[in-house]
Amino acid sequence: MRLNVRKTYKLYINGEFPRTESGRFYAVKGKGGELLANACRGSRKDLRNAVQAARKAFSGWSGKTAFNRGQILYRLAEVCESRAAELVDELRRQGSTAAEARREVAALTDRWVYYAGWSDKYPQVFGSVNPVAGPYYNFTVPEPTGVVGVVAPEEPSLLGLVSRIAPAIVGGNTVVAITSESRPLAAITLGEIFETSDVPAGVVNLISGLKTELVPWLAAHMDVNAIDTTGVPDVAISAVQKTAAENVKRVVHFNAGKIGWDDATRSQSPYAIFDFQEMKTVWHPIGM
Amino acid sequence: MSESLITQQPAFPPALFRRSIADALEMAHGVDAIAAEERAASLAKRSLKKESKVWGLKLIISMMDLTTLEGKDTQGKVWALCQKAIRPDPSDRDIPHVAAVCVYPAMVPFVKQAVAGTGIHIASVATGFPSGQTYIDVKVSETRQAVAAGADEIDMVIDRGAFLSGNYQKVFDEIAEVKEACGPAHLKVILETGELANYDQVRKASLIAMFAGADFIKTSTGKVTTNATLPVTLVMLEAIRDFLHVTGKKIGMKPAGGIATAKLALAYLVLLYETMGGEWMTPDLFRFGASSLLNDVLMQLRKEKTGAYQSGDYFTLD
Amino acid sequence: MTSQLETRDRLTPGAASSALAEWHYSPSLEATDHVKIQPRYNLFIGGKFVEPHSKRWFETINPATEETLSEMAEADAEDVDRAVKEARRAYEKTWRKIAPSERAKYIYRIARLIQEKSRGLAVAETMNGGKPIKESRDVDIPLAAAHFFYYAGWADKLEYAFPNRTVSPVGVAGQIIPWNFPLLMAAWKLAPALAAGNTVVLKPAETTSITSLMLAEIIQEADLPPGVVNIITGAGATGAALVNHAGVDKIAFTGSTEVGKRIQRSLAGTHKKLTLELGGKAPNIVFEDAPIDQAVEGIINGIYFNQGHVCCAGSRLFLQESILEPVVRKLRERIGTLRVGNPLDKNTDVGAINSRAQLEKIQELVESGTEEGAEIFQSSCSVPDRGFWFRPTFFTGVAASSRIAQEEIFGPVLSVLTFRTPEEAIEKANNTPYGLSAGVWTEKGSRILKMAQKLRAGVIWANTYNKFDPASPFGGYKESGFGREGGLHGLSPYVVLT
Repeated sequence: MRLNVRKTYKLYINGEFPRTESGRFYAVKGKGGELLANACRGSRKDLRNAVQAARKAFSGWSGKTAFNRGQILYRLAEVCESRAAELVDELRRQGSTAAEARREVAALTDRWVYYAGWSDKYPQVFGSVNPVAGPYYNFTVPEPTGVVGVVAPEEPSLLGLVSRIAPAIVGGNTVVAITSESRPLAAITLGEIFETSDVPAGVVNLISGLKTELVPWLAAHMDVNAIDTTGVPDVAISAVQKTAAENVKRVVHFNAGKIGWDDATRSQSPYAIFDFQEMKTVWHPIGM
Repeated sequence: MSESLITQQPAFPPALFRRSIADALEMAHGVDAIAAEERAASLAKRSLKKESKVWGLKLIISMMDLTTLEGKDTQGKVWALCQKAIRPDPSDRDIPHVAAVCVYPAMVPFVKQAVAGTGIHIASVATGFPSGQTYIDVKVSETRQAVAAGADEIDMVIDRGAFLSGNYQKVFDEIAEVKEACGPAHLKVILETGELANYDQVRKASLIAMFAGADFIKTSTGKVTTNATLPVTLVMLEAIRDFLHVTGKKIGMKPAGGIATAKLALAYLVLLYETMGGEWMTPDLFRFGASSLLNDVLMQLRKEKTGAYQSGDYFTLD
Repeated sequence: MTSQLETRDRLTPGAASSALAEWHYSPSLEATDHVKIQPRYNLFIGGKFVEPHSKRWFETINPATEETLSEMAEADAEDVDRAVKEARRAYEKTWRKIAPSERAKYIYRIARLIQEKSRGLAVAETMNGGKPIKESRDVDIPLAAAHFFYYAGWADKLEYAFPNRTVSPVGVAGQIIPWNFPLLMAAWKLAPALAAGNTVVLKPAETTSITSLMLAEIIQEADLPPGVVNIITGAGATGAALVNHAGVDKIAFTGSTEVGKRIQRSLAGTHKKLTLELGGKAPNIVFEDAPIDQAVEGIINGIYFNQGHVCCAGSRLFLQESILEPVVRKLRERIGTLRVGNPLDKNTDVGAINSRAQLEKIQELVESGTEEGAEIFQSSCSVPDRGFWFRPTFFTGVAASSRIAQEEIFGPVLSVLTFRTPEEAIEKANNTPYGLSAGVWTEKGSRILKMAQKLRAGVIWANTYNKFDPASPFGGYKESGFGREGGLHGLSPYVVLT
C-alpha cells in the first residue's frame, strides 16, 4: 500500500505561500476529533505583511479595467469548478456531508460567476450624472475603498469566505482575510486557486490562525480602510467596532442569520459591492 | 487697496522688449469660460452707494468716447454730439466733459472744429471699419489721412478673417503698420470679440494686438450682435496685466457697444478697479465706447443730487 | 520702447480726476431692522418651544462685534430624552404612516418658507456666524431651500433609488451639525431624513444656533406634525447625550475628525447607523497649462470662502514649479483686493472668525508656521477693533511635514507647496489621512480625468472649486468620514433596505 503525501497548509500572502513567521501552528480537528492538519497560527506580523502586500497591489488591481476584473473573477469560477472534487473533499473532511459539501462548492462557484458579471455593471447602477443648477458637468462614480479586512465566518467556511471576498475584489479593493478558525483547510486551498487564476499577487491574502489573536490587529491596522466583521464572534464585535474608529474604518457586516448564504437575491447583491465602495463626485465646468 | 496693485517688475525691461508674434502666442494660455464669467458676475454684484457712486459716475463720463458711427452722420449731428461731449449737463458744472468724440474719418474735421480748445480728444475709426476687409495700403492710407485731418486717436479693426484662419502674423503685421501710420496718434485696436468665438481667442488676440503696438485694446465695433461683455473685458484686462508684468508697458482698455446703463458701466468700473487697481482708473487707460450711456449716467447723477428718480424728457437727445 | 503715454498730454477729465488711486466703496449695509431675533430661544420639542429642564440658557454673540444677540437653552440629558421620545412618538404615530406624497408636500412647504424668509435668515446667519452677507444671501440660504426642494421630490419615489429592494425608514435620527454653514447643514441633514420617512432630533452648534431655531419656527408654520423635527441646543454634552441615547436609530454628524472618531467609538456595539462628514486638508493642484487667472480665483475662493471655515477648503495649494513665481505674485496682488470687515456690508468678501476659540486656534497654527520657517504673506487690510478677525494669509516655502501643511486650520490660511510631475502631485496630494475634496486646474482634458481618478477624495473640483448642489453627493474618503449627503446617494444613510 502506498503512503499518501500530506498537504502542508500555509498562509497565502502576496501571491506566495509562506509559513507563518511566528513558526507556530494550531491543530485543525475533524468531526471525530481526529487531527486533520496543522494549520499556520498566523501572527500580527503575518497580518502586517499581508496588509502591505494588499496596499501594494491596490493601485494595479483598482486600475484594471472592469472587463478585466470580470474576466479574472470568471476564471476563478472555472478553476473552482475544475477543482471542485478537491474542495468538496476538504469540506467533507472538516465535517460537511457529501451533499452539503457539493452544494457549498457549487454555490461558491456560481457566486464567482455572479460577481464576475457585476464588474462592469455596478458602476452603472450606483454611479450617476447629477443635474446641478449651473453650467457644470457633474458625475458620481463608485471607487474601491482600498484595503479591506475580511473576517470570514466559521461556517460555511468556504462559501462564507468567497461571499465576502468576491464583492470586495470585484469592485477593485484588495483583501486581507482571516479564514475560518475551525475549518481553514479549504480556504487555504482557495489560495492556490487565486494563485493559478490570474489574480495578481497581493489582491487577496489569506491568514489562518486564532481570531482572538488576529482580529484586534486587523481592526487596529491604520492602513486598512474597511473591515468586514461577518465572522467576528458576537462577543468581540463591539471591541472591533471601537478599534475600527481609530482611522474611521468602514465597518461592514453581513448578517446571514435570517437570510442564509444561499438566498439568490439577499446573500448576493450589488449592494454588497456598494458596501466596499466610496462615491466620488467630479465637477467640471461646461464652457467654450 | 493701494495704487500698486500690480507688482511692476518687468521680466525684461522695455529697452529689451521685443515685438514678436511668438511672445504673444507664448502667453496665450487657455481661459476657463465659466470661471471667468462667474468672477465677472460676482464683481457685478458689488453694491455702490453714495459718494463712491457719484464719484464713479463722473469718472465714467470722463472716460467716455462719445460715439456716432452711422452712414447718416452729418456735420449737424456731429456738432450736436460735440456740444454734448463738452457740456454733458449744462445745468451741472461739476460734471466733466467726455474723453473723446469718436466718428468716421470723414467727420473728423467737423469734430476738430467743434471741440477745439476743450481738451476733448478726436477719435476716428479706420482701416475699413467695421469689417476690416480691405487692402492694407487702404488701411494705412485711411489712418494717415484721419490723423492728418486732426484725429489723435485711431480705432482700428483687426482682420478677423485672417485671425480665425490662423494667420496671426498677418493680423500682427497690419497692426504694426497701422501703428506706424498713426504717428503721434494713439492706436486703439478693436478685436471684435463677438466674432472671436471664445475667451481663449480673446486673450490671444489681445496679446497679439499689444505686442504689435496697440496703445489700447477695444472689444467691439458695435456693429455685430455681441458687443462688450463684462467677462470679455475681464479677460482682456488680465491680458493687459500680464503684458504689463512682462514688458512694463501700460495698455489701455476700451469696452464698446451695448453699455447703455449707468449700473452696467459702474460694474465695469468695479471690474477695472479690482483687476487693475486704482492706477487704471483714468481716461488715459480706460474708455467706454458709448452713445446712449451718457444720458443714463446723467440721470443717475441728477437722481443722486435731487433724490428723485428721473425722466428721459429732461435730458437732451443729440 | 517707452510708452507714448508718458510723452503725451495727460487727459484732463475734470472733477473726477482727483484721487484716482483709491476708490473707497461707501459702506453698503444690509438692513437688520426687519429681522426678528428673539431675546431668548427655548428648545423645539414635540412641535412646541419649551424651556429646558436644566433651566439654563447660554449667550450667543455676534462674532463681528462681540455683542450678545440672544440666549439659547441648554438641553441636558432629560431634554434629549424628551426630544427623542417625541421623535419616536411622531415616527410611530404619524410620519411613517402618512402617504409619502404628503410627506413630500410638507417638505416642499419648508423649502418655500425658507425662500420667503430668505433675507431675514441670511441676515441672522451673518450676524450669528460672522460670514459675509453676500455668502449667506447668495449661497447658504438659497442652497438650504434647494436641498429641501430636491429631497421633497424623493419622498414618494424612493423605490426608484434602490432597485430590487424594499425601502423603509431607519426611525429616529440624531443629527449634529457644525457652525460653519448653520442653516445649510441643518438642511443637508433634515431634508433627506424627512424625505425617507425618519423623524429627527437635531442639535446645532452652540455658537450658531439662531437660524436653526428660526427654522423651527418655519417648521411650526409649515404645520409639520409635532415631534417630526425636534431641535435642541447645547454644547458637546448635549451632543454626547444624543449620540448615546438608546432611542436613537441613526446618528449623522458633521464636524471634526477627532469628535467623529469619538462618536464612532461610542456607537460600537449598538445597532445605530452612522454617517460622518469630518475634516479635510484638501489639495488644490495647479498645472502650468492651467487657465491661470481663473485658477487664482479658484485658489482664493477655495481658501478664503467663509473665512476658510470650510471642511473642504483648498488649504494645500500645489503649484507646478514652473508657475510658482507668477501664481504667487498674482495671489499676493489678489489677496490685497479682498475686502475684510463688517459681514453685513454687501461688499465684504471675508467676514469675522466664528469664535474666539477658533481665532486662537488659527493664530496658534499660523505662529507654528512661522516658527517652522515658512514665509508668511498676509493681506495688509485693516480690521475692526472689536470682534474676531484674521487677515487672509498664505505661506510659501512650506515643508510637507510642517503642521500648517498637515493639520486642518479651518481658517483663512493657505499653504503653498510645489511639484514637478503629475505623479508627484498625486502622491503629495494623497499623502494625508483626510480625503474629502481636491481641486485640479489644467486645460488638458485627459489629465483632468486621470487626476480625478487618482485623487483619493470624495469630491473633485476640476477647473472650479467649492461648488455645492443638492443633486451632487458630498462626503469623504478615509478619515474625512463615510456616507454621502446630497443627491440620490444622500438617501442611503436614512433608509433600511430589505
